Amino acid sequence: MSRLLFTLVSAAFVFNLAACNKADRASSAENGNDLLVRIGAAAPLTGPQAHIGKDNENGTRMAIDDANTKGIMIGGKKVHFELLSEDDQTDPKIATIVAQKLVDAKVNGVIGHLNSGTSIPASRIYSDNGIPQISPSATAVNYTAQGFKTAFRVMANDSQQGKVLGEFAVKNLGAKNIAVIDDRTAYGQGLAEEFIKSAKANGAQIVAHEYTTDKAVDFSAVLTSIKSKKPDLLFFGGMDPQGVPMVKQMKSLGLAAKFMMGDGGYTPKMPELAGDAANDMYASLPGVPLEKMPNGPDFKKRYEEKFKQEIQLYAPYCYDATNVMIAAMQKAGSADPAKYLPELAKLTFDGVTSKITFDEKGDLKGGAVTLYQVQNGKWVPIETLGMSGK
Amino acid sequence: MEIFLQQLINGLVQGSVYALVALGYTMVYGILGLINFAHGEVVMVGAMVALMSINAMLGSAFPPAIILPVALFAAIFACMLLGYSIERIAYRPLRHAPRLAPLITAIGVSIVLQTLAMIIWGREYHAFPQLFPNQSHNFGGAVINDVQLAIIIIALLVMSMLMLLVHRTRLGRAMRAVAENQSAAILMGININQVISITFMLGSALAAIAGIMVSANYGVVHYYMGFMLGLKAFTAAVLGGIGNLRGAMLGGVLLGLIESLGAGYIGTLTGGFMGSNYQDAFAFLVLIGVLIFRPSGLLGERVADRA
Repeated sequence: MSRLLFTLVSAAFVFNLAACNKADRASSAENGNDLLVRIGAAAPLTGPQAHIGKDNENGTRMAIDDANTKGIMIGGKKVHFELLSEDDQTDPKIATIVAQKLVDAKVNGVIGHLNSGTSIPASRIYSDNGIPQISPSATAVNYTAQGFKTAFRVMANDSQQGKVLGEFAVKNLGAKNIAVIDDRTAYGQGLAEEFIKSAKANGAQIVAHEYTTDKAVDFSAVLTSIKSKKPDLLFFGGMDPQGVPMVKQMKSLGLAAKFMMGDGGYTPKMPELAGDAANDMYASLPGVPLEKMPNGPDFKKRYEEKFKQEIQLYAPYCYDATNVMIAAMQKAGSADPAKYLPELAKLTFDGVTSKITFDEKGDLKGGAVTLYQVQNGKWVPIETLGMSGK
Repeated sequence: MEIFLQQLINGLVQGSVYALVALGYTMVYGILGLINFAHGEVVMVGAMVALMSINAMLGSAFPPAIILPVALFAAIFACMLLGYSIERIAYRPLRHAPRLAPLITAIGVSIVLQTLAMIIWGREYHAFPQLFPNQSHNFGGAVINDVQLAIIIIALLVMSMLMLLVHRTRLGRAMRAVAENQSAAILMGININQVISITFMLGSALAAIAGIMVSANYGVVHYYMGFMLGLKAFTAAVLGGIGNLRGAMLGGVLLGLIESLGAGYIGTLTGGFMGSNYQDAFAFLVLIGVLIFRPSGLLGERVADRA
């Protein structure tokens, strides 16, 4: 019951905010010769994934601040960019409310959401209102498979990532009996399914498939039942708030299997919090390592100077997504969503993370996937696969 | 067999924590008829304060055997203060208001505490340092480590002390009197404001201990950690019969066992039809089942032995 009340209260709160915004929107539409362009950002800023969500917001903010300093012109007018950042709480229901709020605030485009589970329901609202949405990090295949012209992403999707992970687990790590846990979110479930498909195709056997949630912290029960199946590799489709306690409990239960996650596990927090337990674990991240990205080291330096903290996960992707959107507006000579959307679809852009072009669905063309391993408490890239495209 | 044993241990560890937190819910409900939804957040504050004091002392020359008790007392003290203030500021003015008002206030306090913690300690996960070497013991094929052993033993110890306090001391008698009939208690010369404050402080002290247990076990502290734990402990309190002390302990341990055995065996029992994703659903199914046959919980009575 508290859950329901909680949702109701927060929903009422969000609606209330939306109502307030309507009043001051009219006054600040366009003043004088300056063109005001609003970019919406949506990510969980509270809840278990708040640290990753804030990182996303920082990435977008950095791109917007950069654009404002550069003094970009669109259609002969000097542009002032404004960031409208919203908290979707990792909750699909809140995500739709937040999306509607951004639409009502007449944003010119949206960078987000962080999770697949929130990006997918929100994408319908953006599509209905013709507002381009670039997700920096939603990797579920379904996100762009719904046929919405407004949905894009700047990261390889889970079918690419799951395929590489499955292949790597079987061929490079020699796993034969694999256990899988997923957190039942659109992302975790989707990635786990793609991983299973690929692992099976490469000749491994799935001995157990267990489930948890994106709010759980205790996995001893499922890990105990997995232990009895004696797997040589455990794959977890989920994010680091679950990954950390999971790998610790795995070691404390004496479950001697290799541990592997997707992009949700590749955060500096993972080895920092899990300590020795995380040693030798694997995770992947679409794209090449930050050090090998064309402007990666420079971006890292500037980010750390600006926000006084390490990059958590997707900040460079948010930075790119925002810049891609701005570049499309410049090319179209307009920030009107209807006018710059066709330009966005056919744009080629040299970003921090990679060269960005979208295919007809809005997926990133030729997305690479890199595998990392924790060695002595640090993530070390071991192999980059799939550079040639799908 | 060793799998079964392991699941029992998992359940017992989890259940001990639930029981400690559930006691806080049930004590307050017993006396005020109020569900203090902010209690989960008190657990989180306990963990955070302990973490802060440990980190402050870690660089110094103190040995771990001193650091841990000091951190424990700091956490207990901070939580008792917090529990007292919550009652004084948020609930006491509403004591004679309709029941819904304090309930909504409780949810409000929970959100305020969570947000404050987010502002003070940040959004990221903090590592809870390991002060003592945490060895694993093999126990008939099942594994239990020092921290988990300590959780079970300390929980048992604290709970028996609480029972003694409630049933054998003057203060305990006063608490039971206030629970039974507030006006009669006043007539008997009991200072009910004081008793209620002490109840909140006691519950918060238990929450602080639970907070340290949880963080030592999972090694991670986060401003959001109290929410889910609070909900589960509340469920445990209802399962055992809210308002009843023994019920809260029984409910906590049972819920832990149900969850762990449910997650471990539900797949095999239903032939793969239902998986461990029904872990929570299974726990609530048991709760509903119990409430159908015993609406006031396992040990709850209509005229409850409330404390």
